[in-house]
Amino acid sequence: MQHYTMNLTLKVWRQKNASDNGHFETYPVKDISSEMSFLEMIDVLNEQLIKEGKEPIAFDHDCREGICGMCSMYINGRPHGPWQHNTTCQLHMRAYQDGDTIVVEPWRANAFPVIKDLMVDRSAFDRIIQAGGYISVNTGNAVDANATPIEKDKADDAFAAAACIGCGACVAACKNSSAMLFVGAKVSHLALLPQGSPERKNRALNMVAQMDKEGFGACTNTGACEAVCPKGISIENIARLNREYMMAGLSDDK
Amino acid sequence: MLDSKIPSGSLDQKWTSYKGHCKLVNPANKRKLEVIVVGTGLAGASAAASLGELGYQVKAFCFQDSPRRAHSIAAQGGINAAKNYQNDGDSVYRLFYDTIKGGDYRAREANVHRLAEVSVNIIDQCVAQGVPFAREYGGLLNNRSFGGTQVKRTFYAAGQTGQQLLIGAYQALERQVALGKVTMYTRHEMLDVVVIDGKARGIICRNLVTGELERHFGHAVLLCTGGYGNVFYLSTNAMGSNVTAAWKAHKKGAYFANPCFTQIHPTCIPVSGDHQSKLTLMSESLRNDGRIWVPAKAGDKRPANDIPEEERDYFLERRYPAFGNLVPRDVASRAAKERCDAGYGVGTTGQAVYLDFKYNLINKYGKAEANKQGIQHPDTETLIRLGKEVVKEEYGNLFDMYEKITGENPYEVPMRIYPAVHYTMGGLWVDYELMTSVKGLYALGEANFSDHGANRLGASALMQGLADGYFVIPYTIGNYLADEIATKPISTDHPAFVEAEQQAADRIQKLMSINGTKTVESFHKRLGKIMWDECGMARSEKGLTKAIEEIRQLKKEFWSDVKIPGSINEMNPELDKAGRVADFIELGELMCIDALDRNESCGGHFREESQTEEGEALRNDQQYAYVAAWAYQSENNWQLNKEPLTFDVAKPSQRSYK
Amino acid sequence: MKWSELFTSSVGKKWIMGLTGIFLILFLIVHVGLNACIFAMDGGVMFNKAAHFMGSNAVPRILEIGLFAGIILHIVQGWLLELSNRSARKKGYAVPMGNKGSKWYSRSMGLLGTLLFLFLVMHIAHFWVPSRITGLDPVMIDGKEYHNLFGEMLQVFQGNLVVVILYVLGCFALAWHLLHGFQSAFRTLGLTNGRYIALVESVGILFSVLVPLVFALMPVSMYLGWIK
Repeated sequence: MQHYTMNLTLKVWRQKNASDNGHFETYPVKDISSEMSFLEMIDVLNEQLIKEGKEPIAFDHDCREGICGMCSMYINGRPHGPWQHNTTCQLHMRAYQDGDTIVVEPWRANAFPVIKDLMVDRSAFDRIIQAGGYISVNTGNAVDANATPIEKDKADDAFAAAACIGCGACVAACKNSSAMLFVGAKVSHLALLPQGSPERKNRALNMVAQMDKEGFGACTNTGACEAVCPKGISIENIARLNREYMMAGLSDDK
Repeated sequence: MLDSKIPSGSLDQKWTSYKGHCKLVNPANKRKLEVIVVGTGLAGASAAASLGELGYQVKAFCFQDSPRRAHSIAAQGGINAAKNYQNDGDSVYRLFYDTIKGGDYRAREANVHRLAEVSVNIIDQCVAQGVPFAREYGGLLNNRSFGGTQVKRTFYAAGQTGQQLLIGAYQALERQVALGKVTMYTRHEMLDVVVIDGKARGIICRNLVTGELERHFGHAVLLCTGGYGNVFYLSTNAMGSNVTAAWKAHKKGAYFANPCFTQIHPTCIPVSGDHQSKLTLMSESLRNDGRIWVPAKAGDKRPANDIPEEERDYFLERRYPAFGNLVPRDVASRAAKERCDAGYGVGTTGQAVYLDFKYNLINKYGKAEANKQGIQHPDTETLIRLGKEVVKEEYGNLFDMYEKITGENPYEVPMRIYPAVHYTMGGLWVDYELMTSVKGLYALGEANFSDHGANRLGASALMQGLADGYFVIPYTIGNYLADEIATKPISTDHPAFVEAEQQAADRIQKLMSINGTKTVESFHKRLGKIMWDECGMARSEKGLTKAIEEIRQLKKEFWSDVKIPGSINEMNPELDKAGRVADFIELGELMCIDALDRNESCGGHFREESQTEEGEALRNDQQYAYVAAWAYQSENNWQLNKEPLTFDVAKPSQRSYK
Repeated sequence: MKWSELFTSSVGKKWIMGLTGIFLILFLIVHVGLNACIFAMDGGVMFNKAAHFMGSNAVPRILEIGLFAGIILHIVQGWLLELSNRSARKKGYAVPMGNKGSKWYSRSMGLLGTLLFLFLVMHIAHFWVPSRITGLDPVMIDGKEYHNLFGEMLQVFQGNLVVVILYVLGCFALAWHLLHGFQSAFRTLGLTNGRYIALVESVGILFSVLVPLVFALMPVSMYLGWIK
């Protein structure tokens, strides 16, 4: 792998706090190594800003290995940047060439208000999980783990859905700011397992109700969510949610 | 005097007997008792959820934007449990024994045995929560083997086991939030413990969004705040992982135990340059199928695939024929460092060794798959193709991650790996009930010191975090809170709260007023370098003495020349980081002091003065079979308390993996 | 759960779109089948007879009411959804995502639907209004009097290039609307099985190309004088 260095122009969204209007600032960054991660490039810029007596760019990040779901930049018109199945923290600078201009924006959705610069508030996702994204089993109630065999394909599908990292890229990419991929993944994960079966009706109904309450849009199956999902969560999970929801709604006797 | 409160009776009856005799709190009283849980990783989330289920009023805090982000999520390989589903001779005793031996006889027998006992319940609980562990075609759970053991007892979910377990605990936690039993405070950082009449009664924390300081009361406080590997700047920890909560507790009277016990993980992606902000682990499970080697000739710069078989040195297989590539982490790390220091390292920096899958791709998976498909005399290409498919299913996400970071395809060329700081076995000293030396203040998970001795075995961190949270604390906290039912909630206007908040505010004010010339990050990097050079994989009296001096100097410089932009009453990540780095600097000093005091090699702690002729770690049980529990006295001044370790069941022997 | 709650949730609204969409797809099959009778090259005899059946038999007349209800529901619900979906992101992006994850027509269902609605207004004015309300010229077939809908078609399309172009454009809008709508409807109704999804997608593409093509051929054929 050939390494190289590059000079770039960054256009970054700056917003002091939730009530500030916000604007773009342009920054040149120099001598960026192709081996750096995108966030390390931002680190370099921030060190530079601090030395110049300016405020560094606030952005969410934590594990920097693509699993915590905290990083959240919308880079040149795509959540998490140009690479497939990738998070911002795993994006590396070899994706860019000398002289490139990179525009960095926060996730945009009414349900994800900006806190500062590139940080947004994704607590709506937590509240959706609170509405039913769990199996009600108190500690100590469990039977032996091998008491219920689960078809391998089903278990694999459940795992594939459970791989969601809750980053919100699906919402950021969706023209409707819909959270259906996130909700669909959780409903699927639990509905595909026998353990999740007793609560599946209420789970689907309540999670969708909470999703609507948070102000996310409706799904129009454009597939943008799936295309940007760092974990490759399939939109089949949305179809499954649709079915779970209507079956629950139609069979509900209240 | 340290009282570890280990129950009497035979080792395998201690926990049963404890549970049968500990005090209980009746449901009506539980409602009146408030518990604070700081940190929402596996230990914190499972504890908060379980205590909420029991009926306590819980307040949970995390610095991330959601409890689901805690760094437990990044654990890849798996979780151990003595289920013996594979019928390969596993048992509670074996898991106990492996853990004690793996920890190089520096862990408490009673705690470790309890851990092994409850390990089986953890798997049951997680499956019931919907954790999608890997399964066989028959629908039953699958297991893999992990470093340092000879049985297959590790449960896993591809390379994302930590994520799946944490999501399970997170969901249980959110359920309690929905039920009103747990109040969740995200983007909050704990800045102090409030101690009233010798008992922990609350915390001071900073709302990271507004910058405001808040006071919270609790009848008991649980610190589930993880490890302090970031003291080395570069580690596999998350960027936000920090020691602040534990350190504040330490300064309020909680002893810090074995701070120098650090685990350096052998299989991480090597450093690529000065810009590096963190290191990424490649799961130890890869050592099941990857063979580690370096060129047999020093300074051989040929591409890996051009080096013929006979010119490769499979140094782990050569040095440790019985365990080969599966030796414990500390042993594997030191062996890799030894080769690199001797000039055999690979890659541009020479600080890396190869982890090569080709052999098993062909001979293990390829051949098995060919047999399964009835292909007679398959050629190498077919074997590679078939093998790749299986390897992809087992480790696909890890291989993808490696390729994203390095730009190299590990199916084609061997991975380059090098050891990196991964886990800290040391932590707040706790007794059998997980209570620190401050009454009512508990430490769970990686934040405490208790179960892994001087080296942790793979797939045991998840086990310990969940054991503490799901199955230990729900019993032991009752034993304390049973005597607190008459204690009414203390007003947060109590002078102790006011004083603690004032101290936190003063410290922030002081940090902001320095207005020097150097960034927080630059201090953190310098601290990391000192720690890695002198308190890393190999330590010596000379180096440690020098490091202590350098750290004290660094501390002075930090407090006179650090530059923090922004202001106090707003979101200010640089300010958050400054507070954490200031604590890391103090911790670094204590780690070096502890490493200097322990003039023996054990587990991850390797003193150059104490090794065998072949360069293996040499323990000194006569002098050092104790837990070093340090009490904070004043600046640069700690008092050492020793908790002697006795081994009634697992008799200490020199670890041998040959 | 109340019915009203069920069908006013985001998923419920989408179900209505999907159900009415599939109903309209079924209607298109009938419509295109009937209209294809003009290609019988019999001077419109077969077509006029078929049209007469549709206009006089009770079953199609009742279904026609359902059809209008379905169309109106589909349009109104569609617009409402479009509005609420757009308002879910008050502040947009400086760099739009464009085609980096979705097809333009899948993001333009509101626009395509609106174009189809405009087309429909014209189309209804051209044919449905005369045949049901204002009346059509009579024509004698086998000694019986029929409405000459075929003649009306000739009159509308022959020599009238603008109308023909509008109709062809309408068919393009229909094709793209169907290209996304056909499979999307099934997904909305909960089709998850990979095998069936593949089947629905292939049939959907075929349908979205063929049906509008046959429709478009009608005005074009008449304009060019292939059908007289």
